[in-house]
Amino acid sequence: MDSAAVQAHDASGHDQAGRAGEFNLVSANPKSVLTGAHFMDGDHAACEGALAAGANFAAGYPITPSTEVVERFAARAPLVGATFLQMEDELASSIAILGAAWGGAKSFTVTSGPGFSLMMEHIGLAAMTETPCVFVNVQRGGPSTGLPTLPGQGDMMQARWGSHGDYEIIALSPNSPQECFDLMIEAFNLSERFRTPVMFMMDESVGHMTEKVVIPPADQIKIFPRRFTALPPNEYLPFDANGDGVPEMVKAGDGYRIHVTGLTHDERGYPALNWRSQQKLVSRLVGKIRGHADEITHCNEYLMEDAEVVLIAYGITSRVALAAVQKARQEGIRAGLLRPVVVWPFPEKRIRELASKAKAFVVVEMNLGQMVNEVERCAAGTKTVLIPHAGGNVHAPEEILQVIREVTQ
Amino acid sequence: MESVEIQIAGFGGQGVILAGMVIGRAATIYDTKHVTLTQSFGPEARGSACSVQLIVSPEPVLNPYLTHPHLLVAMSQEAYTRFVPDLRPGGLLLYEQDLIELEPLRSDITARGIPATRFAEELGRKLVLNMVMVGFVTGQTGLISPQAGRKSIADSVPKGTEKLNTSAFEKGLEYGRSLKSKVSPLTGKPPDIGRFFEDTEDFVRS
Repeated sequence: MDSAAVQAHDASGHDQAGRAGEFNLVSANPKSVLTGAHFMDGDHAACEGALAAGANFAAGYPITPSTEVVERFAARAPLVGATFLQMEDELASSIAILGAAWGGAKSFTVTSGPGFSLMMEHIGLAAMTETPCVFVNVQRGGPSTGLPTLPGQGDMMQARWGSHGDYEIIALSPNSPQECFDLMIEAFNLSERFRTPVMFMMDESVGHMTEKVVIPPADQIKIFPRRFTALPPNEYLPFDANGDGVPEMVKAGDGYRIHVTGLTHDERGYPALNWRSQQKLVSRLVGKIRGHADEITHCNEYLMEDAEVVLIAYGITSRVALAAVQKARQEGIRAGLLRPVVVWPFPEKRIRELASKAKAFVVVEMNLGQMVNEVERCAAGTKTVLIPHAGGNVHAPEEILQVIREVTQ
Repeated sequence: MESVEIQIAGFGGQGVILAGMVIGRAATIYDTKHVTLTQSFGPEARGSACSVQLIVSPEPVLNPYLTHPHLLVAMSQEAYTRFVPDLRPGGLLLYEQDLIELEPLRSDITARGIPATRFAEELGRKLVLNMVMVGFVTGQTGLISPQAGRKSIADSVPKGTEKLNTSAFEKGLEYGRSLKSKVSPLTGKPPDIGRFFEDTEDFVRS
């Protein structure tokens, strides 16, 4: 298999800069960008990605296997003019980043499963108050404290549905330290573009593995700036739908009257506790993401041109799945891999297209069946096979290969 | 060159992780190979044993974890005992000979020892035994080029210690090269690792 064969086809069909469409992107601040070729782990690369994206505030309650992200941020913060707060717990961490965002900062927090559970309340608050911020979850085996030092992918549905009430979410899943850097920038850009919390769903394998990470010069890193309003205070409405469903923002203390609440609110941000306001607000919160799913969705496809068997895997699992696809090709089996890079919103359009052509979908994930339910929903009857793993180690490529052989027989 | 799997192990404080970082950085930043490094993070890593794993490959590494290492670098008896069963037949064991007794013996591997701790002490600091081992790996296998090793050390060690660490590397390198023409003390045969390193300049020739 030559190396060209593992080069991904970017199924979204457009580059990251182009995805923001009509918006003016700006270059990253050179002060925060560690340009060069590095040998670093995924946690450190995620931190550098956040810094390159312009993050200037992080709060956290460090937890294995995510600790290195904030450890590095704490060390780098004084050098780049950023702030790190070590908080008393994950509730405090997750609310601190919301406050920082409303103060004008680009903010994120970092955790793993047990802390992610505690942050759910504030993920909902961030969705409701349309606060741009990033939640990093370096997944370990669960439930509960589970396997602190070993990988899992058991929080994928929690990322989507973990907070109460109706909302849509954006989540990304990197599969290498390089992507921890690259996709962190995309995560921040999406959070600013849609004014929404974005989940950065790493896993222990990706977080703790060390590989080459190339950080480009700052002028090659495109940043989606905060959508600050140009309107004067007497005309500005903090939760006005603003054409594409995403309101413009202000900074607290800049002379605008703002009221930010988790209660159902009107365009002014004041509580409006009736069904009409609820219908209008929640429909817009959900609609601003669902309605832009084509812009947000991002998949990589490998060896898919003539694939009969379509593997679907994300995060670290996508790498061992690709190894299995390559082995299957050597045996003459027409296998390919679809890898959601953005896992939420789910790439349902692409999977529906493939369902009409593929013989079978094989979903490989490090849980006992989560995203496979989404695949089955979109597969509309096309055979869908799960290769589960309870966590703690990656699948063996041979195990995946065996299932590929079985479904093609 | 195929993918090469390397396990480096010893006890905490010997600089096992740094040795892995130096080799990995040399191979991927200066020798432009693909490298994935993982290290033991479990409760076992909080005790005395410590290990780091590398996969060095001409192609992107997909599975980050080792199956059967081609090369084991052992710096303590416990590391040897624990990891030598995983070494693949025909593989190479490079070990700290004053700290390890080859017991039990495996007849299907090549083992070569170095008094790395003693060399490090002679250079003035026992701490640099890890760089002696990195030099030994370089001299024995050509896994990384000596130039890449030197640059990587300069990037990786604390400021002010570059010279000492580089001297340690050179000592191990020289010793590794001097042992090259010898056959395995265990099997009486040359090591069967050439195919894993065949496109590197320091391919082991016996």
